[in-house]
Amino acid sequence: MSSEDSVREASAALKRKRAWHWLEYVFWIAAAASVFLLPSQHALLTQIAIWALFAVSLDLLLGYAGIVSLGHAAYFGFGAYVAALFAINFTGEPVTGLVVAGVAAGLLGLITSLLVLRGTDLTRIMVTIGIALVMYEIANQMSWLTGGADGLTGMPVDPVLGFFPIYFIPKNAYAYVLVVLFALFFVAKRIVHSPFGYSLRAIKGNPLRASSIGIPNNLRLIAVYTVAAAYAGIAGALLAQTTPVVSLTYIDFQRSADVLLMLIIGGTGYLYGGIVGSALFLIAQKSIGNVTPQYWEFWIGFALVVIALFARDRGVFSIIERIVNALGKRNAKP
Amino acid sequence: MIALETLGLEKRFGGIVPTNDVNLRVREGARHALIGPNGAGKTTLINLLTGVLKPSRGQVKLAGNDITRLKPHQRVARGIARTFQINQLFGELTPLEAIALVIGEREKLGTRFWRAFGGDEKIVTEAVALARQFGLADVLEERTSSLPYGKQRQLEIALAIAGKPRVLLLDEPAAGVPETERHEILETVAALPKDVTVLLIEHDMDIVFGFADRITVLVDGKLFVEGEPKEIENDPRVRAVYLGERTDD
Amino acid sequence: MLTILFDGIAYGMLLFVIACGLAVTLGLMNFVNLAHGAFAMLGGYCAWLLVNFYGVPFFASLPIAFMFAAMIGLVAERTLYVHFYNRSHFEQVLFTIGLVFMTAAVVDYFMGSQQRFINLPSYLQGRFDFFGVGIGKYRLLIILICALIVIVLQVILGYTRFGSRLRAAVDDQRVASGLGINVNWIFALTFAFGCGLAGLGGALGAEILSLEPHFPLKYMIYFLIVVSVGGTSSITGPFLASLLLGIGDVAGKYYAPRFGGFVIYTIMIVVLVLRPQGLFARGTAK
Repeated sequence: MSSEDSVREASAALKRKRAWHWLEYVFWIAAAASVFLLPSQHALLTQIAIWALFAVSLDLLLGYAGIVSLGHAAYFGFGAYVAALFAINFTGEPVTGLVVAGVAAGLLGLITSLLVLRGTDLTRIMVTIGIALVMYEIANQMSWLTGGADGLTGMPVDPVLGFFPIYFIPKNAYAYVLVVLFALFFVAKRIVHSPFGYSLRAIKGNPLRASSIGIPNNLRLIAVYTVAAAYAGIAGALLAQTTPVVSLTYIDFQRSADVLLMLIIGGTGYLYGGIVGSALFLIAQKSIGNVTPQYWEFWIGFALVVIALFARDRGVFSIIERIVNALGKRNAKP
Repeated sequence: MIALETLGLEKRFGGIVPTNDVNLRVREGARHALIGPNGAGKTTLINLLTGVLKPSRGQVKLAGNDITRLKPHQRVARGIARTFQINQLFGELTPLEAIALVIGEREKLGTRFWRAFGGDEKIVTEAVALARQFGLADVLEERTSSLPYGKQRQLEIALAIAGKPRVLLLDEPAAGVPETERHEILETVAALPKDVTVLLIEHDMDIVFGFADRITVLVDGKLFVEGEPKEIENDPRVRAVYLGERTDD
Repeated sequence: MLTILFDGIAYGMLLFVIACGLAVTLGLMNFVNLAHGAFAMLGGYCAWLLVNFYGVPFFASLPIAFMFAAMIGLVAERTLYVHFYNRSHFEQVLFTIGLVFMTAAVVDYFMGSQQRFINLPSYLQGRFDFFGVGIGKYRLLIILICALIVIVLQVILGYTRFGSRLRAAVDDQRVASGLGINVNWIFALTFAFGCGLAGLGGALGAEILSLEPHFPLKYMIYFLIVVSVGGTSSITGPFLASLLLGIGDVAGKYYAPRFGGFVIYTIMIVVLVLRPQGLFARGTAK
């Protein structure tokens, strides 16, 4: 093969990896269609979209940079509170609120990232838990600002960009959230397929070699942590804008554990895991969780154990794959 | 011109001194070998040169500039690269991606977050050419973790060369490579560009004497003796130190 | 103020008795068991049932709680935990959090979600005056029993064959196995013993710690603090860390109720960032 051919083929191979698969087109078109075709489910779909954004932000950390965080709700909740307070005190225009929340959460992420970089996986897990606990306590103690355990109410939600009302209009609210999700997802996809994104994968795969080829590990990790925190903050702001109350449940450990679980269920490292996982989680919660709350908690725990035992990176798909393989082997026996 | 040198380099771990007052000078363009019995402190010295370890005392200079305070990735930017005795690769990336990654970082394009990776044709061309040079043209798009050991070893060196370093530290390049594939590694090492200064750590004396134009012997963390291959080969003190080691080749 | 110190010491020693099993598991098997608090909780509920419903004397319920938690620990270790010994810390975290949720759901279903209190015998209730300092009888008992346990642990580790084998296995698993030490057996026994201690601590301290289905989650961070600040290479490290944590928490809640948890978490973060291997650990981080 001539060298030009090789180069062309190599370029094409790299291009294939970042190209949009036809399934992705189908998915997003279906998502857009659901605005019009599934009117009774808009509330649930809005929740799924918001949690999907939250989970995708965690995927940037876990799936691409290899940072384990059990306290990502710190940025989610912080973004929610900032958005609410901003709307109450300045303007209720939602997109402005998103930007402010994103910047604020990003800054918090930037500052706290310096703490998270040190040490092993275990230390990181603990530090992230600690950061989230500290944020929870702050929110709890500053009840004059945050409403404490009762929560923050009375947040105005003006029409988006001045002309698209979403307050108490589930269809519009869903459309708004979906557009934000898509926009940020698109950006995330560009990031993970960029040279920066590949350097993150290198850091995740082999941090020693990464620094030995000239990658400044810490700087890159700080950058992605900041972006992930900003995304989480925007997701929190979206939730604040579409529900009547911002409370401590936005920032507690359960929230951090739930989003991690969603991501694990859907699979890490391919960006759609957060969307798949949040959809499965919330739909299952709706069906099972209404029987008895203990019932839901038990099965969530069970799912975690099973996934930890059998799944690798692809969450639910790894388990399906294993079952399919096992069945295939049985059929292959003479 | 001295490409790489250390001045009074020392490393202490509590009571252990794996590197003791080492004054090493590597001339530009040299093929300099560092040998010594097991436990002599060769890998520790490499780690000190690359910045993975901080010295307790002394200096490291690259082309006359003091790099002792610099972190590993900063030293790479100054032109020093290394390979590892045990392969340190990016298992999930393909050789093409890994090499292109190194080239991109070298060209200071690693912070680009919007443009596509692999979209720069110059980088891809260079990556493909380099892969071909290291016998990896036929496995360009396979996951590194699925490659046979010999190919992985080639990639290990390719990644270091892709950074166009001024000084290359090769840590036992033939380690673990089966007999049948050794000659490929040797050819690769012999074919390294002449303007790259190479410091080679090796146990295998055939490789050392076939490749080096200068040899430094390290024993117990200290510089034992240094000279041209002929001198070292005939030095009775070196033979004494290696007695019992030569039989395993 | 001395009463607070006294209460803090009691609380701290209780935390230690429960958490030392976690420290050993982490140090010995390099296993992150976030479900450790569940064993304490099970011991607590076991004692609660025995004392409140079956009239078992309080003191008798303690060793039974120990055995109960140890048995469950042994079974869990042999059937489930063993699969995760070579997995990453992250997978261990996922697995053990899953166990916590499952246990919480089961306990909630059968026992209800309200906090449970063990009926303490009358001679343990109340306090007596010791040179102007109020000494709670119950807390005094806790301190005495825990101190006894610490001494017994030191003796076992330092002076018995099992102790030497354990210390060898902690230092270097492969060499220990090469020397004929049955590392698997040591793991299983040690794990069970650690769970038993946790159960004992849970039973002993049910009045101070709150016994309810989400106990393992609430206290998980405390046990992790003990282990990460105290390190895993000795008994004294976690012991000192537990005392500090106990006193700090009680004092904090009394003097500065608005800041209590905040201070503890911040101190933990600072310690982890500055010295990832713990304040009291010797040697380098794992």
